[in-house]
Amino acid sequence: MKKELTRPQYLDLYFYMRLNRAVEDMMVKLFRQNKIVGGLYSSLGQEAISVGTAYALEKKDWLAPMIRNIGALLVKGVLPRDIFMQHMAKYDSPTKGKDGTSHFGDLDNLHIVSPISMLGDLIPVMTGVAMAGRYLGQKIVAMTWIGDGGSSTGVFHEGLNFAAVQRAPFVLILENNLWAYSTPVRKQVPLENLADRAKAYGIQSYIVDGNDVVAMYSTAKQAVERARAGEGPILIEAKTFRRMGHAQHDPAEYVPKEMRAYWEARDPIALYEKFLTGEKLLDAKGRKEIEEKINALLAKERDFAENSPMPPPELAETGVYCTGDDCHKIRAKWERPVAEVTPPRSRVEAVWTVPGFGSGKGSGGARAPIHFGDTPPVEHTIGNEAKSTNGRKPAAKVAPKKTVKPGAASASRKARR
Amino acid sequence: MPGTNGGASSGTQITFLEAIKQAMFEEMERDPAVVLLGEDVGVYGGAFKTSEGLLERFGWERVIDTPISESAIIGAACGMSYLGLRPIVEMQFIDFIVCAFNQITNFVAKGHYLWNAPAPMVVRGPSGGGVHGGPFHSANPEMYFVHTPGLKVIYPSTPYDAKGLLKAAVRDNNPVLFFEHKFLYRRIKGEVPAGDYTVPIGKAAVRREGKHLTILSYAAMLHTSLEAAEALAKEGIEAEVIDLRTLLPLDEETILHSVKKTNKCLVVHEDTKTGGIAGEIAAILCEKAFGDLDGPLMRVTSLDTPVPYAPTLEEYFLPNAKKIFSAAKELARY
Repeated sequence: MKKELTRPQYLDLYFYMRLNRAVEDMMVKLFRQNKIVGGLYSSLGQEAISVGTAYALEKKDWLAPMIRNIGALLVKGVLPRDIFMQHMAKYDSPTKGKDGTSHFGDLDNLHIVSPISMLGDLIPVMTGVAMAGRYLGQKIVAMTWIGDGGSSTGVFHEGLNFAAVQRAPFVLILENNLWAYSTPVRKQVPLENLADRAKAYGIQSYIVDGNDVVAMYSTAKQAVERARAGEGPILIEAKTFRRMGHAQHDPAEYVPKEMRAYWEARDPIALYEKFLTGEKLLDAKGRKEIEEKINALLAKERDFAENSPMPPPELAETGVYCTGDDCHKIRAKWERPVAEVTPPRSRVEAVWTVPGFGSGKGSGGARAPIHFGDTPPVEHTIGNEAKSTNGRKPAAKVAPKKTVKPGAASASRKARR
Repeated sequence: MPGTNGGASSGTQITFLEAIKQAMFEEMERDPAVVLLGEDVGVYGGAFKTSEGLLERFGWERVIDTPISESAIIGAACGMSYLGLRPIVEMQFIDFIVCAFNQITNFVAKGHYLWNAPAPMVVRGPSGGGVHGGPFHSANPEMYFVHTPGLKVIYPSTPYDAKGLLKAAVRDNNPVLFFEHKFLYRRIKGEVPAGDYTVPIGKAAVRREGKHLTILSYAAMLHTSLEAAEALAKEGIEAEVIDLRTLLPLDEETILHSVKKTNKCLVVHEDTKTGGIAGEIAAILCEKAFGDLDGPLMRVTSLDTPVPYAPTLEEYFLPNAKKIFSAAKELARY
């Protein structure tokens, strides 16, 4: 790990990783007490990814978590009580008990889109969020996560391709944790590096050690800045490992012992503690203070969650439709002059040009042009020509050798045999 | 046709297709939050030219040509709606909407119920048979979606309604699926008023008054039903013909009011028989008007098969005025 952040930033990353793990540890206890209604999914060992990537976003940016991104929610400002209550199906939970786990969002304040269980669906949705933000002049970036298994879905490819042709300010984190439920990654994807998916869409990609929170943060920060500058979507593959089963019920006996042992020795929090201690950013006292702070917070948050009632049964019948302004006042927040997207300024000339083949007027009358040329729509609005050109160079992976320890790849290869 | 223009008198006669185009044009003019996405909607103006001229006027950012990726188009529109935009999505043929089935039924439709996230968006496109489009360009997939809580489903039959309902759909805070029967695009004309107007979603319209039986229909079959009603009138059977216009939510009040008057109900739809809206209407009548029925609910629908290609086969597959006439006569005997 390289020292490149401020001290408070380093400690923030540590705090959120610890909080992420502590929240999940507490939920395991609640699960064993039968207080969690449905399934419980663990991100043990993947905390550096959720925390590091979400920490790279600004407040105005949008994210959509997957099931193992509790850490990202905490960084974005979600209270632990909301996560507890979601799992416990409580009335005060963000969905009032209508859905569980990380399946909740907040359009108005935190800018979080709720996931659904069908994998990959968030990719086009967050592409749309990114496109709308750009259209409204908000200069936001949209981020979501997907697993190695989820990258096999059709909508992953449709979504990423659409984001690419639109050059949407969108960052996709591909958490390659080597297992899709019981299916190893080699049976999902015939690639050593899932970042290679990016080549198919002509977009930039990075490969990062997913257990190195500083690398995760730095890479995500770079990607977010590039996406915001108009370079188009960016794919980050985080190499990691799912330490628990698919969910609480799954002992994951299909995972080779050597593989588990390798990754357990590379626990992201332990690695980071070692780094922080070495850099004199954290000592035993500081560590204890953080632990106490988290314990006190979570005891309070858990009590709140436990005291919340179950939803009243008749709630089941409500809320299928938005009933209008009394329910939601839907208004786009314009941060650019509306005149830019309304006539006369929005007008496009009915002239086509194809490089090497000449140009002409649209046929079929002035109102039925056959072609408008291939001026990319995006560059009209972003106005970042120099960076756009740069963005079209072949995928440059940033320091994969530096960030992925050779051992990581060989261990996973070994374990695959 | 009586009652089709809502009483407006100073408008002009336009085609169904022109009505769709006008609705999109006017809504985009009125509200910069309205954008259009779809395959070939921009440069080409849409496969049926419903968006002709929109790119030229509103520009690249608002009229977006997309890859052939129905799931991505619907998903992106949903994401756009979360930031307060009101996207209109065109499915080049409505048959392809099923490629995005998961996005619509799981993501778009459930958002408001589950996490209080309205998705004000419209998915529209040409549907229906009778134009020899074959099994993948003639579908009536409306009932897949009528079965999905959280969606609204509109299937108009006149230019006046098409324009007014599409404008209402754009302004609605919920996801609305808007089916445009392509047989009607250029075959019918109707009057629309000069100014802005909307037609309320969820309200049926009585197209012809009658006292002997009620015919419930929508879209192209509404016109076929009216044709049959004229023939029935010559035999002294006065059919009341109701245009459902919106299938979800269904206007139970208008249906029940009419059936309680005529005591007989025939449902005509171009969708296939099993699982069509007729079955749902039969259940509603059993629950709420059982004592008022003098005969069984009858239905004239397409066959329970894919839409066949050959004209002879398709004609046999589809309902027509003769089939409606026979069924109505049989029902009238009760």
